[in-house]
Amino acid sequence: MRTFVAIAVLAMAASSTVFAQPKPAQLVPAQSELSFTSKQMGVPVDGKFKRFDAQLAFDPKQPEAGQVAFSIDLASVTLGAPEVEAELAKAIWFDSKKTPQASFASTAIKATGPGKYEVAGKLTIKGQTREIVVPITLAQAGSATTATGGFVLKRLEFKIGDGEWADTSMVANDVQVKFKLSFTGLSPL
Amino acid sequence: MPRITPTASPPSRYGTVAIAFHWLLALAIIVAFSVGFYMSELPFSPDRLKLYNYHKWAGVTILALSALRLLWRLAHRPPADLPMPAWQAKAAHLTHGLLYALFFAVPLAGWAYSSAAGFPIVWFGVLPLPDFVPQDKALAETLKELHGWLAYGLAALVLVHIAGALKHHLIDKDGLLLRMMPSRP
Repeated sequence: MRTFVAIAVLAMAASSTVFAQPKPAQLVPAQSELSFTSKQMGVPVDGKFKRFDAQLAFDPKQPEAGQVAFSIDLASVTLGAPEVEAELAKAIWFDSKKTPQASFASTAIKATGPGKYEVAGKLTIKGQTREIVVPITLAQAGSATTATGGFVLKRLEFKIGDGEWADTSMVANDVQVKFKLSFTGLSPL
Repeated sequence: MPRITPTASPPSRYGTVAIAFHWLLALAIIVAFSVGFYMSELPFSPDRLKLYNYHKWAGVTILALSALRLLWRLAHRPPADLPMPAWQAKAAHLTHGLLYALFFAVPLAGWAYSSAAGFPIVWFGVLPLPDFVPQDKALAETLKELHGWLAYGLAALVLVHIAGALKHHLIDKDGLLLRMMPSRP
């Protein structure tokens, strides 16, 4: 027991002083949203992912040291109609049986203004990895920190809507992704 | 009802514009109905998505042309009834009235259905049309049923209308149908 405590104390000291890692924040899923808008023959169609998770270790005063990882349960997509959701699970769309998760891992975070940051990282969907840069705005109210942002995803880079659906005059290549993520436990801005 | 003016007698034929509206919309409605009937059975595919959008564009076009046609009809006298039993004249006028009502009701119900289902209409892929009902699954199901039944009602009335016109042409041989035919030079 004594040894364990000693190791724990050492580990905490090491993590806080040597690596200066910020303590992890907790995602509040009920207050968070991940949505997207795709265009089908010019018609904007909104969808959502119901299940996702984020690991955030971020000190707003030291953004460069921060890290964020994000995972999305692709089978949790909703797009208005159940028959469309059944289609989206198929191999030419999300292939969510074979690759159930999409993930994002940050490689660099920098501040661009008060409460504004740019998060660069790797987005992986269906085994395809691309570098993306996502602008994020943080706002704090009480103990909650809300991160909002969005980016344009090129669906064909990830083979989302392959084969007969690859025609971008039917479904546009650009998909607008938007998110609002609520965290607790983040240091004050 | 036609306004009786003492100086002018009603024309013997429909005007060129009324005739153009009639046949253009007849064609558009038959095509939109057929596409609507066919597409709803298709599996999820690009073809289905295309046909749904073509159908919606056609429906909104029919709605817009019907509005212009109604305005034209209100401003221009149709030919007077040919001699026929009063009940037949009444039935003909009732059918025409219901046809006009459905020219508006069928596309409006379809538009509302599309909005409620979360697919706003973008006319010809260019002009986004407003949603006048909220996005709501239960409402979408109801409007889908309504749109379908109104369309079947319109189809039935079109058949009644055609049967009446053919009866005049083939049995009464009173030349009624020719009033709606493009005039020959």
